[in-house]
Amino acid sequence: MNTTSTHFVSSRRFEIYEPLNQIGSMWEESFKNNGGMYTPSSIIIPTNEKPESLSEDTSHGTEGTPHKFDQEASTSRHPDKIQRRLAQNREAARKSRLRKKAYVQQLETSRLKLIHLEQELDRARQQGFYVGNRVDTNALGFSDNMSSGIIAFEMEYGHWVEEQNRQISELRTVLYGQVSDMDLGLLVDNAMKHYFQLFRMKAAAAKIDVFYIMSGMWKTPAERFFMWMGGGFRPSELLKVLLPHFDPLTDQQLLDVCNLKQSCQQAEDALSKGMEKLQHTLADSVAAGKLGEGSYIPQMTSAMERLEALVSFVNQMYRILTTRQAARGLLALGEYFQRLRALSSSWATRKREPT
Amino acid sequence: MDKVVRMSSEKGVVIFSKSSCCMSYAVQVLFQDLGVHPTIHEIDKDPDCREIEKALMRLGCSTPVPAIFVGGKLVGSTNEVMSLHLSGSLVPLVKPFQANLF
Repeated sequence: MNTTSTHFVSSRRFEIYEPLNQIGSMWEESFKNNGGMYTPSSIIIPTNEKPESLSEDTSHGTEGTPHKFDQEASTSRHPDKIQRRLAQNREAARKSRLRKKAYVQQLETSRLKLIHLEQELDRARQQGFYVGNRVDTNALGFSDNMSSGIIAFEMEYGHWVEEQNRQISELRTVLYGQVSDMDLGLLVDNAMKHYFQLFRMKAAAAKIDVFYIMSGMWKTPAERFFMWMGGGFRPSELLKVLLPHFDPLTDQQLLDVCNLKQSCQQAEDALSKGMEKLQHTLADSVAAGKLGEGSYIPQMTSAMERLEALVSFVNQMYRILTTRQAARGLLALGEYFQRLRALSSSWATRKREPT
Repeated sequence: MDKVVRMSSEKGVVIFSKSSCCMSYAVQVLFQDLGVHPTIHEIDKDPDCREIEKALMRLGCSTPVPAIFVGGKLVGSTNEVMSLHLSGSLVPLVKPFQANLF
């Protein structure tokens, strides 16, 4: 035992971290404090595992000189494990340093590329070429065009989607199992509140940058494709997607849903025509060089009223359906958008055929 | 304001609008779809435009245009009209004023 421990102690002499004279007292110190491992900052070592067992070991022993005895007893019981752990930690630290180096190199390269790209874009823009919308020549940061309010909105929206996914999973689990109408009602209410929260977020962001919201910049490309006038979806289209999930519908419900569908189509038609007129008016203003704010900003903000009309649609559906039907509808709706988002990312990363 | 009271009390559906207002246009389209021919007052062509705007706001409209009155009573703006329609309450409201199809 003694040989082992001394061997162990002397092998520490060749550690690269500290000269032995410092290790000696530190070593004993650390056994008492953090469970037996000397922890220079570059090593991550679990500190909670050994202390109890070690101190238990030593307490079983004699009450002789505490420190040196502790050290010998513990190292003699677990020299190999300690050795192995130290070696593993060194290895992990080394790998971590290599990864970090590689990552930093990657960052540097990207940074240079980005500066280069921004310069090119600047040149192109000055020559009047079309340049992508969210890119601007403000070195390495968010563009001037993207105000802090919009950045905040995008971050909030990210959280909103995460919460949405969680709610969808919960709905799915609950609908496959047994759940009381009351509990289901709570989930449905939460889901509705969640949608209303998004409406409010969009309305607030529209006050900051109405074009951004109206063109659905925060959405994935596939969602934007189906988007209707910045509102997110065309209610009558949505009804088509959701209708099969409401089965069975009572006769009264069927009648109500049909009426709602028709009213929706009429409202959508009217609003679409209003939007067309707005676009014509705007285009005329641009063509005539009348870019003064007074001429079109109020128009744009009034067009945002359409968002609130959609809220009304949601309320109507809520009124017509039972809790269970509403839950199924919400699940179907959530999954629909999940699929759209997934489609966007899989499409963007698809293998391109050789041309 | 007298003028507003007078104009809004006209028979049928009355819409206060501005020639450039696109949401007023949307509301007009909707009523036409329902077979109603509303009376349109383009207040930007009226010399008392400012006064009318103020009066409409005082009556409770969040935006002066479009302001929709049915049978002398204020219904509201685009939002209110669309919401009423989705809830199925707009048609009964304007039924007396729907154009005869004969």
